[in-house]
Amino acid sequence: MGVGWYTAGGVFLILIRGWWAGLLTKRIIPCLDVDGGRVVKGVSFVELRDAGDPAELAAVYDREGGDELVFLDITASSDSRDTMVDVVRRVSEEVFIPLTVGGGIRNVGDIRRMLKAGADKVSLNTAAVNNPALIGEGAAQFGNQCIVVAIDAKRVSWGAERPEHSEHRGAGGGGLGLDAGSRWEVYTRGGRTPTGIDAVKWAARAVELGSGEILLTSMDEDGQKRGYDLELTRAVSEATPVPVIASGGAGNLGHLYDALEAGRADAVLAASIFHFGEYSIGEAKDYLGGRGVAVRPYAG
Amino acid sequence: MKLVVVDYESGNLRSVSRALESCGVAPLVSGDPQDLSNADAVALPGVGSGPAAMTALQQRGLVEPLREFALSGRPFLGICLGLQLLLDWTDEEGGAPCLGIVPGRVKRLPPTTSGGTGFNGTPPPTLKIPHMGWNSVTLNANHQALSDIDSNSYFYFVHSYYAEPADSAGVLGTTEYGLPFCSVYAQKGIVATQFHPEKSGAVGLRIYRNFVAMAAEKSRGTPHP
Repeated sequence: MGVGWYTAGGVFLILIRGWWAGLLTKRIIPCLDVDGGRVVKGVSFVELRDAGDPAELAAVYDREGGDELVFLDITASSDSRDTMVDVVRRVSEEVFIPLTVGGGIRNVGDIRRMLKAGADKVSLNTAAVNNPALIGEGAAQFGNQCIVVAIDAKRVSWGAERPEHSEHRGAGGGGLGLDAGSRWEVYTRGGRTPTGIDAVKWAARAVELGSGEILLTSMDEDGQKRGYDLELTRAVSEATPVPVIASGGAGNLGHLYDALEAGRADAVLAASIFHFGEYSIGEAKDYLGGRGVAVRPYAG
Repeated sequence: MKLVVVDYESGNLRSVSRALESCGVAPLVSGDPQDLSNADAVALPGVGSGPAAMTALQQRGLVEPLREFALSGRPFLGICLGLQLLLDWTDEEGGAPCLGIVPGRVKRLPPTTSGGTGFNGTPPPTLKIPHMGWNSVTLNANHQALSDIDSNSYFYFVHSYYAEPADSAGVLGTTEYGLPFCSVYAQKGIVATQFHPEKSGAVGLRIYRNFVAMAAEKSRGTPHP
């Protein structure tokens, strides 16, 4: 498996998918949780001197063929912001692939600092729900390509009280509340706060407001390792004209394939299956390429 | 050698500077028109909206100095929006004139389906806009800026508009996304890419290295090989 294999894979794609489809590849995005400037969630790479160093880990994923990197500041307290800016600066000095930073970004000033430090995109979650105008302000100043709206969505389990329409408690604007057809609800504050907002409607609204990409996490599947929520992923992907990154639930390589094909995601985000060395990104690309998914060849 | 990265508060300056630094040069990040006039080489980065970028360049008095520089034949690198701004006109946000260095127009990527059938015979999905991610670039001709780069290498794109130069002679690279569009333009000293070479890993850095070599030759006064 290697360069020659991918040459064959490229020909296969041209024949099967047709030249008009282009060869925009599906992206595989490792996600790194950062707490106080250190990568957390047990990372086990034998070749690492310091598994907690964001810059060193980023370099490994870059070498392995990671298509982008996402850094999430899970402390998200105001004093951790300076630490995160420093992390972004150090990583961007060594790694020449796109970097997205999320966690605790609340205003245009925060966005500017991250972009100036070397981030290419910021992801907005709670702040976007509480203040949807931030999406438009960020897009107007920096371009919609760098505003990612991150949505944490949880399946709605209607009891006997299934409502016709429950106006949401968040400030997401009118018409986004859960109704009888709603299947997923938006949560904020790291999954702690239900908002009463319909996740699919919110995704569409976020794009209207200026978001260039959606990072969609299934709270039901996150950490379960039994696959992404394909129905959620597909519903959001079909409701939005911008790329959707599926997140939450990857336990094996088949799950990545399902999210990209059945879920129609444009990219898959995964943490633990890569961090613990269960699979390398190269193995993921070999696997997906073998099943006819367009992926970027990697040097390894 | 004086290599200027044009600063007009447009996003990814740091990445572009870092990419140049990794090639062993110390770029000057500046929005001062004076720095353009005596530069050996200029890099014009850019993300976001074309009309907003033109307004920012006008406010800083950079439009004429950029035109003069690019038309002088000295090495000029345009990146993403920095390619689109070279043309006469952009359709973005109702339309606006651009720098008018390369005849042609900037258009929106068309809404289109990805063709064929979708998963399990379902209708094909429509192509997402922005065109975001790694796509391949087919090279049509040789150029110093593209040396050691294989045709069909993958580069990182993020854009909703594309440049359509009136004269195809300078279109050295094309990429498919709903339609084939110009992803590398080069003519005389101008080299411009729709993708972000500073975000395209090792192969992207080769473009910077080649550009720095062009600039070094020019500043030494040696003829173009």
